[in-house]
Amino acid sequence: MLGRLRAGLLGALGVLLVAALWDLYKAFGPEQGVLVGERTLILPRATDLAMPHTWEMVRRLFEPATGLRGAPTALEAVLDASAFTLSIAARGWLVGVVVGIALALLMTRFKIAEAGMLPWIVLSQTVPLIAIAPLVRRWGAQIEFGSFTWENEHSVALIAAYLAFFPVAVGGLRGLKSPARTHVELMHTYGVGWWRTLITLRLPASVPFLLPALRLAAASAVIGSVVAEVSIGLRGGIGRMVVEYAQSAGGDPAKAWAPIFGAVAVGLVAAGAVGLLTLALRPFHLTETIR
Amino acid sequence: MRVTPRARTLSVLKVGAVALSLALSVSACGGDGDSDSSGSGSEGSGDELTPVTLQLQWVAQAQFAGYYAAVEQGFYEDEGLDVTIAEGGPDIVPQDVLAAGDVDYAISWVPKVLGSIEQGAGIADVAQIFERSATTQISFKDKGIESPEDLAGKNVGSWGFGNEWELFAGMQQEGVDVEDINLVQQAFDMNAFLAGDIDAAQAMTYNEYAQVLESVNPDTGELYQPEDLNVIDWNDVGTAMLQDAIWASTEQLEDDEYAEQTVAFIKASIKGWAFVRDDPEAGAAAVTAAGSQLGTSHQLWMTNEINKLIWPSTNGVGMIDEAAWDQTVEIAMNTENETGATIISEEPPETAYTNEYVEQALDELRDEGVDVDGEDYTPIEVTLNEGGN
Repeated sequence: MLGRLRAGLLGALGVLLVAALWDLYKAFGPEQGVLVGERTLILPRATDLAMPHTWEMVRRLFEPATGLRGAPTALEAVLDASAFTLSIAARGWLVGVVVGIALALLMTRFKIAEAGMLPWIVLSQTVPLIAIAPLVRRWGAQIEFGSFTWENEHSVALIAAYLAFFPVAVGGLRGLKSPARTHVELMHTYGVGWWRTLITLRLPASVPFLLPALRLAAASAVIGSVVAEVSIGLRGGIGRMVVEYAQSAGGDPAKAWAPIFGAVAVGLVAAGAVGLLTLALRPFHLTETIR
Repeated sequence: MRVTPRARTLSVLKVGAVALSLALSVSACGGDGDSDSSGSGSEGSGDELTPVTLQLQWVAQAQFAGYYAAVEQGFYEDEGLDVTIAEGGPDIVPQDVLAAGDVDYAISWVPKVLGSIEQGAGIADVAQIFERSATTQISFKDKGIESPEDLAGKNVGSWGFGNEWELFAGMQQEGVDVEDINLVQQAFDMNAFLAGDIDAAQAMTYNEYAQVLESVNPDTGELYQPEDLNVIDWNDVGTAMLQDAIWASTEQLEDDEYAEQTVAFIKASIKGWAFVRDDPEAGAAAVTAAGSQLGTSHQLWMTNEINKLIWPSTNGVGMIDEAAWDQTVEIAMNTENETGATIISEEPPETAYTNEYVEQALDELRDEGVDVDGEDYTPIEVTLNEGGN
């Protein structure tokens, strides 16, 4: 319990430290930044436009987002958008994890699958996101069965899944193949089939490899959602908000930072959720470290 | 601490259940997220309305006020159309979406589409909504940039992606090569301009120009004033290109039903623009109601500036002026960008634009007594507030 408290305090301290550094630089840093040559800026400007005070940014959060009557505060708007993005990222993560583990299993089971698929899986991540986003949207627009119509947010979730499956597939494969040869052979001598070996040996052994992969997948899913939202032009999430609020960067510099805090929050919650999963899988983790 | 295996399993299950329910609740709360269904009203008489989707080239803002107003005022419904407006984004190319058959109509700039047409996109300009160009190159007075000639040796901003042609054409007309300037990639905001990294920045009269006027001048503590800025207007230089137009599918236009629907769509859209002309405040409100995040004074400014691009209309809104079209094509064929490329290499096919449908729409509107010329149009005065609010 005490450890938790300490971790929480350290975390808060870390945030304060970043804020303090920001404002210290702003107070003592060169107002116009440091230029090398004519155009290369090596230290940022410290003007109110480039670096609003941290308290300005916080204060801005509690003011109405727009001048409209009845407009929610920027904080409420950001929280709404964050929840939206988080929900998309969560769906993308779930799909990505399921697909990733399925691929890892397939590649563990069939050598030929590994030889045939692994290069493609690696290659899949070299395709730029902004290139596939409009394509996914266009293909998705043609999908319609029964009462289900493909919405733009499904496209975004799909792109999040596209990024999220990769670490899971690679990490999972590595983990499933991690048991020592002697252990696998022991299973053989027991006359145990592949499935049983999978459940009693390979899956538990893969956990230490899967956990960081799941965390990486969560981060990828969040990034994928935010970028794809911008690309596709989906309204309601953090990505779109970053673009929209950037418009006020000149006249209302603190406002442009609000969605960035939202993006950070989404990342933290996603990491936290995976952290909970880590706790649930701890026993397997322990057996692995003992070995 | 000793934990029995059973207790451990239990606690494992509990934590797992918490994690799972968290994931589920998170994904559930996004399930009912309302996506942009701007134009679906009238469920009752839904059978009779034809569903039509319009693809914009950017997110909802007053640049598209006429279409939003036409939805809100029921002008489309009056014509038997149930219009859904699909917003754009940085990577959405409206003419490609239209050519792929995903939407019925699209809004885009003529020079941007000419390139797509040369590459085989079968689409046509059926109504040239904006008569004038809104692209300018702005600079602070002390930089002394009053004409394209003065851009030589300066840091010149541009968004690229087809937004640079009027600038390059204007420079070429005055003998300034692309190599003579330092071309700087411009972002969505004007901070690089305000910080002095860009001497002459690209600015739409309805958006970025206003963004500057909404910012505080650190020297005076007040907002920047129009007097602080030099503006190069491509309409005056003579290298303006045609901007927002309604595009339709050439192939589908051969189908009578689609052709008829096109006339109806143009008609209701122009009616929307006439509504925005007569009541800019209501036009701005319609866009904000559709979910635009722009500040109130900025939205109204944009509405007013857009009105100036349309009204007064020389031949009636939407009519494609042959001279203006030819000028756009001429620039598109003869202006080289920084890589030496031009937008198109040969004249576009005759099918690239047609006044057939807009003429019908205008006739019908004139019969109904709608003012489609706006001869007496006078813009309103908009005061911008800090941050556009």
